[in-house]
This record gives sequence, structure tokens and C-alpha cells, in this order.
Amino acid sequence: MSKEIEQGHVSEQAAITPGQSGTPSPLVAALQRANPEWVGEVVEAFGEVTVIVPREKIVELCSYLKTAPEFEFNFLADICGADRGPEEEPRFEVNYHLFSTRKHHRLRLKVLLNDDDTHVESVTGVWRTANWHERETFDLMGVQFDGHPDLRRILLPDDWEGHALRKDFPLRGYEPYSLT
Amino acid sequence: MSTTLPPQFEVIDRPLDTQMTISMGPQHPSTHGVLRLELVLDGEMVVKATPDIGYLHTGMEKLFEYKKYQQGIVITDRMDYLNPLGNNLAYVLAAEKLLGLEIPERAQTIRVLMCELQRIASHLVWLGTHALDIGAMTVFFYCFREREKILNLIEAASGGRLTPSYFRIGGLMMDLPSGFERRVKQFNDDFIHAVDEFHTLLTGNKIFQRRTQGIGYISAEDAIDWGLSGPCLRGSGVDLDIRRANPYTGYEKYDFEVPVEQDCDVWARYMVRMREMKESHKIAVQALSRLRPGPVKADAPKVVLPDREAMKTHMDALIHHFLIVAEGFDVPEGEVYHAIEASKGELGVYMKSNGGPKPARVHFRGPSFINLSALPHMAEGEMVADVVAIIGSLDIVLGEIDR
Repeated sequence: MSKEIEQGHVSEQAAITPGQSGTPSPLVAALQRANPEWVGEVVEAFGEVTVIVPREKIVELCSYLKTAPEFEFNFLADICGADRGPEEEPRFEVNYHLFSTRKHHRLRLKVLLNDDDTHVESVTGVWRTANWHERETFDLMGVQFDGHPDLRRILLPDDWEGHALRKDFPLRGYEPYSLT
Repeated sequence: MSTTLPPQFEVIDRPLDTQMTISMGPQHPSTHGVLRLELVLDGEMVVKATPDIGYLHTGMEKLFEYKKYQQGIVITDRMDYLNPLGNNLAYVLAAEKLLGLEIPERAQTIRVLMCELQRIASHLVWLGTHALDIGAMTVFFYCFREREKILNLIEAASGGRLTPSYFRIGGLMMDLPSGFERRVKQFNDDFIHAVDEFHTLLTGNKIFQRRTQGIGYISAEDAIDWGLSGPCLRGSGVDLDIRRANPYTGYEKYDFEVPVEQDCDVWARYMVRMREMKESHKIAVQALSRLRPGPVKADAPKVVLPDREAMKTHMDALIHHFLIVAEGFDVPEGEVYHAIEASKGELGVYMKSNGGPKPARVHFRGPSFINLSALPHMAEGEMVADVVAIIGSLDIVLGEIDR
């Protein structure tokens, strides 16, 4: 039985690896068929597929991906923010790493945010696990997730100033932090 | 704070009609580190549980951005300090994916062997402390006796017991010492009896059963929705193991079962881990029989440090050694997410490179972090004493949660 499962996985793997000579992977093709508005830019590298999504479409797209039979991305593996640097525009990236517990394929969605408007809608309504992921991204990167039920700092103290993983935040502080 | 009660409390007589908020931790012995839980109690019932974390936050993800790729490996040791080789593996696999390195067969087999030994060691700490939390003290000593043998093996290979940093980008720090295979074989032969011994200590124990069965229920749909992974997810009846789903380091070549239990409670998660130790043992035996002589470092002179002997006798090796240590090596631009099945669940590494010797962003998806976020869902409606059992069954490590 385990052999069959294994072979099933191998063929699934082969199906999602990016095609040769620039043909898009089946995932992206299916996504474009469903609604071309959802797909901004597509990057396929290192055997992984990244889809850049317009900011206002993220919740709509995630709800679709969670249930649509050809995707079944029912497991949100990770959300993480990245700072490209204060001089870049758009400055922030929010990466959503999706995984399917049945089909075992992965997909990365990326939302780009400008420095002056770091708001994006929360996906906690789609996957409840997004709660702590989004709190962590808010705490360390300063991305505001609209509609999050409890958007507080999670790792740093509540009265901490600034967002530690931004590139313009110093590695070493110059003032001692007091807990009292 | 919410004051509405879950439906199961409606029938309970509450003469004083009061609720109490207490703080469990950060120095509570059963919180396995510095976890604080804010519990709203009605008598002995938990109405609301709010985990408060961050006491051990050391800014590791920030630190990665200021260290060269090879220097980041030692930071990963300190995250999940019960499973450091798993952290090493996730980190180096992500970097190797960016670099496009081919890892020699022997290095891959040794990685599998060491990771499975480490998984057993991690599960032994879980078993010992979980039993201790529930009130069985003896188990702890038996577990730590076996774990000590594994730590000695890891020390023999890498020089470190808790912080091995044994896996390097492109292979291993060095080959196994002579006589190592014999020692692992000795351990393997002993360990199969040790697992049976653990079963005799706990599995048939009525008190242990009453403390764990039906406690901390989470259904399969909820477990997936809350992002549980590893033994916690398999305890809810979801057959998912990254070693099978997206094989890495040659796991597709090994014959092992993925233990799944359907009960969705603390007991099911206990049984999954107990069975998993046997499977890890099985993989370790297979890996040992697959060991063939060969190189343990990839053929990439600009990334992998040369042998000591070559460095002293060859000019180009000396130059490469100097450049790697002094300036680091350039990693191509790009971003990857690599997930492995660590002892606690899906350990994912997001690594982004803008070129150059230092990463632009390294993010760890810690399995303990996400498993803990589901604690309120499991604990609300249970007794205070059961919260201790539920935390134990999640097998959290605060070093990884707070990073």
C-alpha cells in the first residue's frame, strides 16, 4: 500500500514541477482559467511557483484555492513578511505558503505593499492558523492585517517601538530596555 | 475577556457565580520553559486560555541577515534545542536548493541516520517530561538513560551534544569517526527493547489512561484548519508526513510506516509518538545498512571548505578556504521555502537571497509555534490539570516558538 501512495506522490510531484521551455505549470494555468484578474506576475524558479496577487484580491483568491477541487490548498503552512529595503518601492512583501494535505503540492502567493500603506486584508477567516502568523508579521514587520480579530504584538513587549525585522531597524540597540 | 460560557457549562451549578483569572507560568514547571498562560477559570474549568509568549525572543531571524550563510547554521541549533540536527537540515537544504548543489550519497545517508536518532532523542524528552507532568516520575529516568546514549553518539560524530552543527551547506562537517557504525548498531539493538519497556511503564497504566483519553480533543478538520503538523496532526487521523509527501534527503528510498491514530486526543498523540520511535529506529537500521564509503562533501570548491590536507598542499584549495572564511560565498538571487518533517511537525525555512554572502531574509516556520496557537481550542472546556496534559501532548519547545 505504501508503494502505491509513494508512486502517487511522485507523479503528483512531476505534475507540479515547472514545465520546460517556459510553459507555465498546470497550477498557474488552472488559476488563469479560473480568473485572470487574480494572477499578476508568475515566477517559477527552484521548482517552486510564486504568484504575485493584487492586494485587494487575496482573501477572495485564498477562499477559492482552499475549496476548488483542482487546488485543495486546505493547509496554510506559513505567512512571512519580507522587507526589500527603505529605498525600494513597493517595499514590503507578504508571502503565503500554501500546501494541500491531499494533493501534497505547494504554492506561494505574494502580496506587495508600499511603505506608506501597509494594509492587507486578513485571511484568518479562511484558515484560523493565520492568526498567529499574521500577528508575528505585524509585530516584526509592521504589516497591518485588516479584519484580524486580535492584532497585537506577539513576540515583543506591547510597548515596543518600531518593527524589528525592518531593514532600517538597527541590529543592536543603544538604549537599555526596561521591563518596569 | 469573554464572559460568555461555552454550552457545556450551562448545566453546572455555580453558587458563587464568579470567574477567576490566573496566570500559569512563566515559571510553571509544566510549561516546558517560559510560556505564560492566562487562564480564565470557573471553578476548576477553563473558560478561556490565552498563551503569552516571547519571553525567550532573541531576534534570531534578524541575526541571520547579518551573518554569512555558513554562520547561520550555529544559530539554528539554538531554536529547537531538542532537535538541533533537524533545524540544521532544514536550513542547509534551503541554502542548497538556492545553490543547486548535489549532495553525495553517503552524506545523505548519514543525514538520515543522524536525524532519526535525533528524532528518537527528542521524543524521549517529550515522553519523560509528559509523564512527569501527569505524575509518573519513573519514566523520566528511563527516557533520559536512553537519550544519553544518543547524545553520546551525536557528540562522537560532531563534538557537540546539544549544539552539533553537524550538517554543513554542501554535506557534512566531517565523516563519521571510526567505530561509529558499531556503536550505532549496539544502540539500535538495545533500543528496540527499551521502547517495549516504556510501554510497560505507561500504556497499561489506568491512571495514565484516565488522564489522557478523551482529553484535548481536536478533530481532523480543525487540526488542518489550525495548521497542526507532525504527531499532533497524525493523532487526529490525518495521514500526512512530509517525509512521504515531499521527500527530501532520499527518504523515498526507506521503508517505514506513518503511524496514524483516530482518537484526536492526548492519548492518540501519545500513541503516535510511541509508534514513531519504532519507525525511526527502523529507518536508522536501514540507513546504517546503506552506508557505503564515499565522499561526504559536495564537489563545489567555492562553497565547501577543502580538506585540511588539501589546504596545506594545494594553492587553489588554500585560496578557496581563505575566501570562504573571510568573505563567504555568493548565493544566486531567488527565494525558496523548504519544509522538512522535524520531530514536532513541519519545520519550514523561507530563505531569500539578493545575491552576496548574506541572506536577505530567513524565516522559520516553527511547528511548536503553530501547534501552540491551537492550545485554546483544545483547552477551553477542560480542567486546569488537563491543560498540563494537553501542553505535554503538544510537545512544544519555547526556543523555537520565540526564536
